[in-house]
This record gives sequence, C-alpha cells and structure tokens, in this order.
Amino acid sequence: MEEELEEELLREILSFYKGKRGELIPILLEVQANFGYLPEEAILLIASFLNITEGQIYSLASFYSLFRLVPLGRRRVTVCRGTACHIRGGTQILQEAEKVLGLKEGETSSDLEYTLETVACIGCCALAPCIRVNRDVHGEMTLEKVRELFPTSNED
Amino acid sequence: MSSKRVLVCQGTGCISGGAEQIFSSLEEEIARFNLGESIQIKRTGCHGFCQRGPLVVIEPEGIFYSKVAPDDLPELAGSLLSGGKLAERLFYRDPITDKPIAHYRDIPFYNKQQRLVLRNCGNIDPENINDYLAVGGYQALRKALFELAPEQIIDEVKRSGLRGLGGAGFLAGQKWEVCRRATSDGKYVICNGDEGDPGAFQDRSVMEADPHSVLEGMLIAGYAVGAEHGFIYVRAEYPLAVKRLRIAIAQAREKGFLGKDILGSGFDFDVEIFQGAGAFVCGESTALVLSIEGKRGMPKPLPRPRTAEVGLWGKPTLLNNVKTFANIPLIITRGSEWFAARGTSRSKGTAIFSLTGKVANNGLIEVPMGITLRKIIYDIGGGIPGGKAFKAVQTGGPSGGCLSAELLDMPVDFDSLTTAGSMMGSGGMVVMDEDTCMVDVARYFLDFTWRESCGQCIPCRVGTEQMFNILDDITKGEGRPEDINLLLELSEAVVRGSLCALGQTAPNPVLTTIRYFRHEYEAHIREKRCPADVCQAL
Repeated sequence: MEEELEEELLREILSFYKGKRGELIPILLEVQANFGYLPEEAILLIASFLNITEGQIYSLASFYSLFRLVPLGRRRVTVCRGTACHIRGGTQILQEAEKVLGLKEGETSSDLEYTLETVACIGCCALAPCIRVNRDVHGEMTLEKVRELFPTSNED
Repeated sequence: MSSKRVLVCQGTGCISGGAEQIFSSLEEEIARFNLGESIQIKRTGCHGFCQRGPLVVIEPEGIFYSKVAPDDLPELAGSLLSGGKLAERLFYRDPITDKPIAHYRDIPFYNKQQRLVLRNCGNIDPENINDYLAVGGYQALRKALFELAPEQIIDEVKRSGLRGLGGAGFLAGQKWEVCRRATSDGKYVICNGDEGDPGAFQDRSVMEADPHSVLEGMLIAGYAVGAEHGFIYVRAEYPLAVKRLRIAIAQAREKGFLGKDILGSGFDFDVEIFQGAGAFVCGESTALVLSIEGKRGMPKPLPRPRTAEVGLWGKPTLLNNVKTFANIPLIITRGSEWFAARGTSRSKGTAIFSLTGKVANNGLIEVPMGITLRKIIYDIGGGIPGGKAFKAVQTGGPSGGCLSAELLDMPVDFDSLTTAGSMMGSGGMVVMDEDTCMVDVARYFLDFTWRESCGQCIPCRVGTEQMFNILDDITKGEGRPEDINLLLELSEAVVRGSLCALGQTAPNPVLTTIRYFRHEYEAHIREKRCPADVCQAL
C-alpha cells in the first residue's frame, strides 16, 4: 500500500515537468525534499521519464553533495565547517556533537532519529560556530549549548 | 502626519536568534496601542550586523536596538509612544569604551561604511515590491528601455569601470560587449548566486534583502546583450534567498517588469530560479552552465570559447555575480562618472566583505575600494576582542590567502590583494588572532579544495590531496624538514597544471602561510610545537 502511495506521489511530482534533461537537478531536489533521500525506485522512474540511464543519474547524484541515496534521520544535525566556524572552534563543536549523539560524521542512528553531517558553510559566519538542525540555525555554539540541544540522547 | 517605522530584521542570522517571533509579538504590542498608521512595523532583509541580532531599528530617528529578546518587547514598544523612554539597555555598546550608542549612524561599524549595493538592505521589505518602487526601484530599467540604446548601456557599464564581483574581477562592460556582439537566435543571462566560498555570505544577504535590485540589473543586462531569458543560480543552502527571489519574481511579473512587452517597450524577458545541489566548482562559469543543463559541473578545459559566446545550451550567455547585477541600476541611474569617482584607479566602486572571525564586530560591510585593511578591521570591526593580538586576515576563501600584520596598511582592491598572494574572491574576510594556527588554517583549506575538486584533472585531484596529507602530517607532529620545499614544489605543479581556477588557486592558502608565517611551519616540524596551541596532537 505504502509503495503504491510513493509511486503516486512520484508521478504527481513528475507531472509538473516536461521530460527535459535540464530538469534533472530540479526533479531530484524535489523528490529528495519529499522523500528525504533518493529511493532506488524513484531513480528508475526518473531515468525513464527523462530517457536517460540510471547510471547517468547516479553519476550526477554522487557528484553534488546535497543528494542522499540512503534515508536520513528525522532530525538532521549539520555542523558548519566554514572558515569562521573553524577558527572559532567548529572542530570541537563537531567532536562534542559526535559524542553527545553517539554518531560519527555522515552516520544515521539506527532508530532513524538523528543524522550527523557537516556542510562547507551555511553562510551564518557572523554567528560562528553554527549548527543547523533541519532548517533551524543555532549560532554562537558552545560545548554546553550542544549538550542542551540534544538532551535526551545517550545520557546515562 | 509623522509616522515611525519599526524595522525588524528578518535575515537568516537574526531569524536564527528568534526574529520571526520578535516581529509577530512586537506587532501585537504595537496593535494594542491603537495608533493606526502612526507606527508602521516592517520586516526587512539583512541589516548587516548579524552578530548583534535580532536587530530592531526605529526610523526616522535611526535608533538601533540589538540582541532583542521577547522579554524586551513591552519596553521597546513603550519607547515608541510619544514621550516614551528609549530602551537604553538594548543599545549597542562600544567594545572599547562600553558606552551605549543610540543611533546606528553613530556606530563605527556603520558610519565608516559606504553602502551602495547594500543601500536598501535592512531598510525595505524585500517581500513587497512597493517598498522597492518607493526608493526609486525600476527607474533605471525605465531609463534603459526608453532613453538608452543597448550599445549606450554597454558604454556606460564600460566607462564605469565596474569589475565582476564574483572573484576574478573581469571588466563587466567588456563581457557584456562580447555577449552583445555574438550572433545567435537566443541568448541567456545568468546571475551567479552559488557563493560556495566558506566564510562569505554577502550574495545571500543581497538576494534576501534586496532581490529586486538583482532582477533589475539582470533585466538591464538582458536588454543590453539581447537576451530574453535569465536564470538565477542559487546555492542550495540558501532557502530564504530562494523564497524571497520567488516572491520578487512573481511580483515583478504582476507589475509588468518581467514577461512579454515589458512596460510597453516591446522587450521580453523572464527569469527563473535554478537551485544548485552543492558543488563549490560550480562557481566556475562552464561548470555552472553544465549544472543547469543537468550534468556534473566539470569545468571545460582551455582553449574553449568564452561563455559569453558559447554558453548555456550552446548559446551566448552573460554570467555575472549577484553584486555585479545589484550595482547596475545605480550605474544607469546615477551615471558612470558618479560610479567611477569611487574606488581606486583600477578598481572602481565598492567592495562588500563578510567580516568575521576574531574581530569584535562581525557582519556584512560595504567599503570603498582602496580602504586599508587596518580601517576595516580596527575602525569598522572594532579590533580584536579579548585583548588578543592580531595575527592574520584571510580574504578570498579557499582561493585566497592569509595576510600578516605588516600588510595592514595596504589599500584593498582587486590588484593589491592579488599582488600580496591573496585575492578579492567572493569577499570573505576572516580575521585571525594569536590563538589561530596558520598551518592548521592551510590544512583546513586544502581539506576543503581536496573534497571539492571535481576530479577530472590529476594536478588538482591528486595534488591537493597530497598537499593535504603533508599538512595533516605537520599538524600531527610528523612533519619532515623537507616538507616546506615539497609543498612549494607541489603548489607550483598544481597552479600550472590544473584545468580551472579551483586548482590554479588552491595552493594560495599554503603559499601565503609559508610566505608570511614560515616560522610556524618550522616550529611544528623542528620543535614539534604548535605556537598557537591548536594542533591537538602536539
């Protein structure tokens, strides 16, 4: 049942496009916005819609840092690796987030609650160091604020 | 009737501090006074002083409230009533004298700037086209369409001396002329809002705070080069910029500034937004074009035609940065002479920097080209906080370099920065103090370029990785005496052998840190010591 719904949603997304190659990135972004990642079935369907091979889609999806081929956690924790964040202690913020969440950079918790990632820069450099949780940016982070942000995880 | 305007900054920085809540609660407080139109409250884009956010500015007086919290709102609202007392505790305090300052025109962070491109940022509601029209918006477009021929516009842009503000500093007018002269059955205008440099956020702020100035610049460019279609390529990490641009495009279409037969001139032009998917290399023109075509963004090797001649889908394509387009309405309205009177002999106009790092005042600043680094860092930036000593300033992101204290009195423009081994780049300016390790900074940037290399050419793909490995070893205390020379040798190979600017400039952070801070490398290698006490392994 759920699979049918997914395919229905996919077809609805594709109905807004014309089937041109230049639409590939916009389609992938929209599919990912709806599903949280790029499911294999979606890639097959998009390939036939645009009349290109799945390989061409994987080639593109693995080139751009935004695309994900596996499901992510409900809360995406993104630590900024920007220059201002780096020199104001971003590395320690990442280490603390890894410790508190019990995850390494790039990992997702087995209950799909958290994913821990880094990003090249979110452009909130005046508030460095920064963390983004889903779409909310938290600036001027300290180790203590990292612990406050994720209070329930891994605390004995 | 005199009316007060309450401007609540809704830039990404202030929003992260709760500015959306501040706006709605303050709106309710003000509504309770029942004073009708005499107090207007507005959402604005980024006011620039993100570090002090959430910001609330009261006009026409120019009262500046910083770090506003929900608890402060009853007091702040009360201050708006006639005879109301100003909420002094929310004033900005001078970092040196600790004196509270009421008006933003008295705050050195603002009054030492020259805001041209940022003229509307923080003063108008970016989601309301009427605000842009009220400050003279789209007048330049009218002038261009009805008083100037395309060639005259290109002449104006050439005479202004405006150089592309995306990093390379190519003369904008020349690029426009090449695109105008190319014959084709279709042309494109692309605004590069990819801003992939870590440590830079000025393009984001302009798109968020004054999207119509970018659209107006693109429209004038489209008319001048003979294009009917435009794209704004926006970095995926900037959802608010995308939202505001979408609103701006819809409102501009409604008012007849975009679409068919614009203002009855017979000129057709429309713009769509293209969201990037995260690749630093897409800041390069041919890579960006491939990305819009739905392909991997891998720069095309030279020799090749210029993008202005053969670009998107093989058509002539004019590609300029966000800030370059935002300058165009000013040049058309006020004239090339007015513009060229600003800046230095070879770098005209202003430069916009994201001033961040170990400096008291962090934020977005606009200054005339030719100002010294010292004025930027000490007068506008308020110096280094915590009584620490200045060590370096990094400009130009991963393509730029770290400049030392002996260069503080250097006038900043495209050419002086390049001579010093750095570059203007997209305008990041990160200040570093005595607690910053310069070897760690070089390692940081090579880690970035190595990850972001598209991989098609070996000098960049393998060279940056090898350089990173050597730097990593040095920061772990495993550096060898010959490593400094090896880094210099590898740098030369990567600079000379790489296909595009990403590789050609990637060694700059290493070359400048060796040039100005060689002793730090030596301390790591010979004494196994990190002078700034940053490298954890030492």
